[in-house]
Amino acid sequence: MSASLASTVPGPVAKGSPAASRTRSWKAAIILGIIALFSLVVFGLLTPANTSTEFSFAASTDFAQLPSLTLPATLAVVIFSVIGLALAGWTAYRAWQYRKVGIWLPIVYGMAIMGALLTWAGAGRGESTIQITGLLTSALFLAVPLVFGALAGTLCERSGIINIAIEGQLLAGAFLAALVASMVGNAYVGLIAAPIAGGLVGLLLAIFSTKYWVNQIVVGVVLNMLVIGLTSFFFSTVMTDNPNLNQSLGMPRIPIPLLSEIPILGPVLFRQSLLVYIMYAAVIFLQIMLFRSRWGLRVRSVGEHPKAADTVGIKVNLTRLRNVTLGGAVAGLGGAFFTVASGLAFGREMTAGKGYIALAAMILGRWNPKGALAAALLFGFADALRVQLGIIGSDIPSQFLAMTPYLATILAVAGLVGHARPPAAEGKPYKK
Amino acid sequence: MSEPSVTDKPESGQGTASGNRARGVLHEILESSTLVVVMAVVASLAISGLLVVFADGSVGEAAGYFFSRPGDTFAAMGSALGAAYAAIFQGSVVNLQAESFTAFIRPITQTLTMATPLIFAGLGLGIGFRAGLFNIGAQGQLIIGAAVGAFVGIAWDLPWGLHLLVAIMGTALGGAVWGFIPGFLKARTGAHEVIVTIMLNYVGLNLVAWLLTLETFQRPDSDNPITPQMPETAEYPLILGSDFSLHAGFLLAIACAFGVWWLMERSTLGFEFRAAGANPHAARTAGMSVPRAYILVMAIAGAMAGLAGSAQVFGTEKVLTAATAGSLGFDAITVALLGRSRPFGTVMAAILFGGLRASGPTLQVQAGLPVDIVFVIQALIVLFIAAPPLVRSIFRLPSPANEKEVAA
Repeated sequence: MSASLASTVPGPVAKGSPAASRTRSWKAAIILGIIALFSLVVFGLLTPANTSTEFSFAASTDFAQLPSLTLPATLAVVIFSVIGLALAGWTAYRAWQYRKVGIWLPIVYGMAIMGALLTWAGAGRGESTIQITGLLTSALFLAVPLVFGALAGTLCERSGIINIAIEGQLLAGAFLAALVASMVGNAYVGLIAAPIAGGLVGLLLAIFSTKYWVNQIVVGVVLNMLVIGLTSFFFSTVMTDNPNLNQSLGMPRIPIPLLSEIPILGPVLFRQSLLVYIMYAAVIFLQIMLFRSRWGLRVRSVGEHPKAADTVGIKVNLTRLRNVTLGGAVAGLGGAFFTVASGLAFGREMTAGKGYIALAAMILGRWNPKGALAAALLFGFADALRVQLGIIGSDIPSQFLAMTPYLATILAVAGLVGHARPPAAEGKPYKK
Repeated sequence: MSEPSVTDKPESGQGTASGNRARGVLHEILESSTLVVVMAVVASLAISGLLVVFADGSVGEAAGYFFSRPGDTFAAMGSALGAAYAAIFQGSVVNLQAESFTAFIRPITQTLTMATPLIFAGLGLGIGFRAGLFNIGAQGQLIIGAAVGAFVGIAWDLPWGLHLLVAIMGTALGGAVWGFIPGFLKARTGAHEVIVTIMLNYVGLNLVAWLLTLETFQRPDSDNPITPQMPETAEYPLILGSDFSLHAGFLLAIACAFGVWWLMERSTLGFEFRAAGANPHAARTAGMSVPRAYILVMAIAGAMAGLAGSAQVFGTEKVLTAATAGSLGFDAITVALLGRSRPFGTVMAAILFGGLRASGPTLQVQAGLPVDIVFVIQALIVLFIAAPPLVRSIFRLPSPANEKEVAA
């Protein structure tokens, strides 16, 4: 998301004098600068003197064991923060030239600031090392339901239907995956059942919003409540009476040969369960389909200008119905994460608001799959960081780290960071 | 004056039939939206009845030999359903098996106690809906209000009467601040209030979870994140004596309902709110400040949600935990929708849903059903209410010539 922070607003360019009507956007440079300065002052001052932080990169089954890295804490924090400041300065220089910065900048910047944060958090902890590989692996894993949920939201909203019911679709998917997988005794069958449950919730949302023109936000909120009620009801009646209908089945991690041997990134990306590989495929597939296919063009036209789409013969409500059902199915598949993919039995309200974070990831990702992936990974990282800092016993209250995805989203929709523009016809029912 | 409706207006024009023809009384009754509400409740109870039958063990057993003795299956179904509906009635209205008068009427007082926070929050949300704002944030406003109120309750030492008053004002203030943020962002930057309020729910919840780890809030003899019990000076007095848990918060809620009615129907400010909801462009043309209306509406709605928190912290539970808000904020949305955002309707809807919640323990004990069935009923009612054509087609009711849209 921060890649485009630095983009200057193109605006209507006057003929002959392209520079005259352009404005310099300093927002990105200022925000990056403030955060880097904060990192320098706060982390720099708080790091105890003469301590060191140990980073470990190894995963237990690595082909080539990387040695762990021990950094002198204060010096490392200062260097990391200065790199951040330098990048903020570069952003300011580019803004002054009306130029954009590349995608590399926010990535390197993020790594520098995270480096400073982790060095500070791990300074002088003695035995506890910062497990980089473990941190990234759990970040990716925790991002899985968010990615699927955000993809579902993107599919629905691109066709003009607001999907607040992602939470319900995830929960329904988690429930049916656990139920069916337990009945059959095979976790993979859960991956087939989950999208059916999510798709049904999506279908309800679609019918109520296209056929009865009920406000989509109302339907979404009520569907969430309905799914929570239904799943909790069956959990405390049928599943409690027959524990064999709710077993904890796990899916093994499937390492991909060769790729999984790459240092650091290999174990993170290619030593995961099947659901994660499906996620990679889904993101790539939807990114191409939405923006490079006839189907995608039609979907987007329905979401932006349904009347025009209708005029050229696209069936608006049918497209919406199909897309929302498909979206529900995608979110349902993500719901399988909570039960069969994590090796857990179903629990009451076990999605715990992840559907709403997915909604946030969709907004930060600007309604496109690759953005949704990036935002979801960011949120997954915040979650993984919360767990890791909890383990090494950091002073940052975990609640504040848990808050960051929500605060980031508020800043984004308020236009303080980047600019979030939803599809134009979103939320408006269409009738000929 | 038309108001923002649950049923959105379609984008392109919709031919309005010229209604107002003389018709029989029967037709009028069949077409009335009150009948739709009643039928929606009936349909929801019937559908959840299916769940009850499905989950009941003895029905399953009897169905095993359905073809040899089908009567057993129906008898088992009947007794399961009978037990469930009887439990709902006895848990929320009156207890027919009670030996004393106190026990006889306790369920109805319990219903009113449960309805109190729903009335407060539902009234606030109703104001928002009528001003065209979808406030999904009652949850966060409630918990932040409750936290501010709990702080006043625990940390300040004030005389009886004044303490409760200040503490109640604290809850309203906390909620108002949490409601002001999305209102302000909407007015200044156009940020969609639905997204901002959802996000603020979680920010608020995490903030309160953190506050509960601080020494000021932490109960001295406990490791759990829970505050000490509120001092007696900061508790709502019990209305019907110590035998019942019904507290003065209920009276305050009813007073607020009258206040909201006056605000929305009789005051200039309320007119501006409704105008901003009905047609922001027209309101602006008429010289009203729509952004100001958005900010005020959200702050007032937040204050009401905060007061709902006061009913929990100073009345029903007397402590603050991270679970104080429960699902009240979302339940209040259904209350406001069912009550069509009108104060009287909201109070009635809150009592209906309060009754369902109050029957939870009885359902568990007498019918062996988890309280979750209540949420299913609640959600189904609202789904049906929101789509009158669906209810009409289920019950084969004639549709009104002049299709009136359900106001939110």
